[in-house]
Amino acid sequence: MSADVELDHVTIRFGDFTAVDDANLRIEEGEFFSFLGPSGCGKTTILRAISGFLDPTEGEVRIGGRNMFGIGPNKRPTALIFQNLALFPLMSVADNIAFGLEVRGVSKYERRKRADELLSLTALTGQGDKLVSALSGGQRQRVAIARALAVEPEVLLLDEPLSALDLKLRQHMRTELRAIQRRVGITFIYITHDQGEALTMSDRIAVMSQGVIQQISTGADIYDNPATPFVASFVGENNPFFGSITNVDDDYAVIDTRFGALRGRNDGGLRPGNEAVLFIRPESLTLADDAGDRENTIESIVLNEAFEGAVRHIYFRGENGKNITLSVTHDGTARSFAEGDTARIAFPPARAVVLPRGPLADE
Amino acid sequence: MSSRTIMRLMVGFYIVLFFTYLFGPLIMMGAAAFNTSPFPQVVPWEGFTLKWFGQLANDDLMVEGITNSLFIGLGVVALSVPISLAAAVMMGQIYERLRPYYYVIVVSPVLTPGVILGISTLVFWDRLGVMANADYETLYYNGIFLTIVGQSTFISAYCMLVFMARLQRFDRTQEEAALDLGATNVQVFWKVLIPFLRPAIFSAAVLAFLSSFENYNTTIFTIQAESTLTTVLAGKVRMGTQPDLSALAVIIVSITLIGAIAHEIMRRREAAKEEALREIAKRAEAVIDTSLTAKPQAA
Amino acid sequence: MNDYIGIFLAVLLALLVAPHAQRRADVTWDAVSRIKFVQRNGVALSTYLILAVLIWVVFMIILPQLYMVNFSFRHNLPLADVGGPKDTLTLDNYRYLLFGRENDEELLNWLHLKIFFKTIGVSVLVTIADFAICYPIAYYMAQVARGGGARLLVLCLIIPFWVNEILRAFAFRILFGTSGVINAVLIGLGITDQGIDFLRADVGLYAGLTYAYILLMIFPLYNAIESLDHNQIEAARDLGSSWLRIHRRVVMPHAKPGIASGCTMVFMLVAGALAAPQILGGPSSLWFTQVIYQWFFTGLNWPQGSAYAFVLLATSIVFVMSVMRVFKVRFGEIAK
Repeated sequence: MSADVELDHVTIRFGDFTAVDDANLRIEEGEFFSFLGPSGCGKTTILRAISGFLDPTEGEVRIGGRNMFGIGPNKRPTALIFQNLALFPLMSVADNIAFGLEVRGVSKYERRKRADELLSLTALTGQGDKLVSALSGGQRQRVAIARALAVEPEVLLLDEPLSALDLKLRQHMRTELRAIQRRVGITFIYITHDQGEALTMSDRIAVMSQGVIQQISTGADIYDNPATPFVASFVGENNPFFGSITNVDDDYAVIDTRFGALRGRNDGGLRPGNEAVLFIRPESLTLADDAGDRENTIESIVLNEAFEGAVRHIYFRGENGKNITLSVTHDGTARSFAEGDTARIAFPPARAVVLPRGPLADE
Repeated sequence: MSSRTIMRLMVGFYIVLFFTYLFGPLIMMGAAAFNTSPFPQVVPWEGFTLKWFGQLANDDLMVEGITNSLFIGLGVVALSVPISLAAAVMMGQIYERLRPYYYVIVVSPVLTPGVILGISTLVFWDRLGVMANADYETLYYNGIFLTIVGQSTFISAYCMLVFMARLQRFDRTQEEAALDLGATNVQVFWKVLIPFLRPAIFSAAVLAFLSSFENYNTTIFTIQAESTLTTVLAGKVRMGTQPDLSALAVIIVSITLIGAIAHEIMRRREAAKEEALREIAKRAEAVIDTSLTAKPQAA
Repeated sequence: MNDYIGIFLAVLLALLVAPHAQRRADVTWDAVSRIKFVQRNGVALSTYLILAVLIWVVFMIILPQLYMVNFSFRHNLPLADVGGPKDTLTLDNYRYLLFGRENDEELLNWLHLKIFFKTIGVSVLVTIADFAICYPIAYYMAQVARGGGARLLVLCLIIPFWVNEILRAFAFRILFGTSGVINAVLIGLGITDQGIDFLRADVGLYAGLTYAYILLMIFPLYNAIESLDHNQIEAARDLGSSWLRIHRRVVMPHAKPGIASGCTMVFMLVAGALAAPQILGGPSSLWFTQVIYQWFFTGLNWPQGSAYAFVLLATSIVFVMSVMRVFKVRFGEIAK
């Protein structure tokens, strides 16, 4: 059984501080939905509001259409996986998993049966009688998931569950979590600051910054069509160029920057005179060897090169102390640069996005 | 000899002197228990005997005192442990600004002289009895009851400190996890908090019992017509000393020593167990998680 | 007949009132449930927590003290007169401590006043003596002997104090009695002929009192000194400082809370001691607590006893506050 979750004009304030500002969204049942944002953006607060540890100051939280106001965490059809897992250290793995059933008065036999089912679902068969302190980090993760699934929640909430694991384990757990979600079919609400996780696992993502939801969409859509400068700079690498709009035509806008006039998609409905910023991804930049003045050509000085295996990054001097990053696949063809060389970079207008001026991810 | 060596000798000498002062009287007293002389003394030594131990067992007053002390001890444990647990939990939840005042109030019995606690308990319940027009046989004037109440006043404070120390290390997210999984508050209390506090409950109970057993200053006022081991002892000692008291001392010291050694052994065993568990966990991490490579069964 | 009408009316009334009462109960329940404390703990647990703490704080800590103070301002009335016209407030009990009975020749109650000041004075001296004795050991344990050695020392210290204080006083009696060990040694060595009556001279008592609370002086000192980074002492030594100066300028200032804690505890325990004076005190000299005890169980004048007890309590409080002021230490650091 799965349920949808709605946040209807939800605002959460602590005294003078607004942690979540007018959040509106609907998470479909069976969806793998992520809240993505830096620490302090409000995603944990939203999670706690959905799971019942606090009530919104304004607005409604609805699960399966029912208003959850005043209903405590033990009465909501949700289960939460804590960041520190919060496993019970004095109980065995099987007892941990069966805890939710134990407090509901399920018989010992039934509990053991269900615990065994979940142990096999999470590839932990045979570990049931051990204490949790005897397990590795990855195994403990899975115990936490099994424990939450045991109470058959309609919505499973996960609070940055992979942040304590090392890289290899994290990557493996991403696929595992996704697989478990598909198998069990319930709504997963996942919060993280790691965009790689959000992009690989989620059906849809809500990007948040300072309590405000910036954009809600699929990963690809957020990547290609960011709605705000924050989203553009937080998800993936992006090169910003600042200036004001000189010209608007069709769906495109021309922005006058220190590097000249640049043209990109006018996704934000800008008009001439607006302060704007143009974003172009490193992989969309190409080296312009010919002397011709193509549209969207920039000239700059090489600062550095970094070889990352599959890709090569070339760093150019940008404006305001920021670098311009150009990424090119390492297929053996691109030429090398020395520090101080001048080079010309170009990009197609269709790959660039022009957005109204706003705070970037690192500001 | 260098000044360093002289210094070392002096320090050593002082330590020896100190511990002689510390243990000397007790050893003397213990030795006196085995001396035939009717007055507890070590010199002159009149002969080795065990008869004083026998006399101890036949002393009715002493037996009654010990029985009362045991009963009172259990009563104090039954009263102090729940109170101190509640007080410790409250300490973590009370309004921030009220906390220092709360702390002062609940710790004040520790700093109050025992006689004052005894007197105030006695007077208070006496007045309550008068107001309720109660008979002399009722609870208000009962020495055992008043002693339990009077002792619990400060013993609860000690126990509360024990619980507070243990609670500090409690991971609150476990409470939240239990709630989230559907437990009621009462279930969270019994299934998560109490198991965690079990060692502290045990320590507090032992502390309460021992503190109650050996208390004199408060008890002497509240006990009135009844008696406890300490009041009987004090009475006997004041009237004139007998060697069977030394015998009692030897028994008590032996029990304490055995208790201390047992406690130390248990503590060592607990520490070793925790070390073993930690080793297992470390090894589990170090080995590449083989279950990772195993494919989960097809859905 | 009247009964039935009465019952009928009562039932009617109940039926009329019931909905209102229900609503009131609901509203109250709602309001109570909204209190954050109740939300966090649930109703059952909140009741237990609040009840347990209230019983302790109100009925065992605050009220008895208030009643004792109140009692100290009353006359010593027989049961029948309590609550009646004779039961007024009075300062007589306190006046007695100062001035004695009305028809006494002397102006002041020298007997009790002397006892009071002797008690306080000796308590201060014993506290200082305890500090002097324990400081070197505490320092040694904390800074010189580390790890296993210190733990062993700690164990050795604790063991004597598991023996009941009565028995410990008793042991001192054996030591200092006229036919006790020390006298036997002195006679044996030829220093005296008949043996010194230590007990009459209160020497036994003072030694016993100093001994009794060593543990409570050592542990605060030990904890405080142990938290001092040994490197600081090394640095001071390195810079050429004498040992005296190191202690005076480096160790003791750091150990201030521990010193305050230890001195406070020892003073209060010595001033409030009852067993040791009863067992080791000479027949002619009394401890203030013994006077209080007499008022209760020999003189049967409980209000008078309460007044004296309150004076003892007030003195303790004054002492604690002065120590806190002098050492510039807050309360929380004293209570172990």
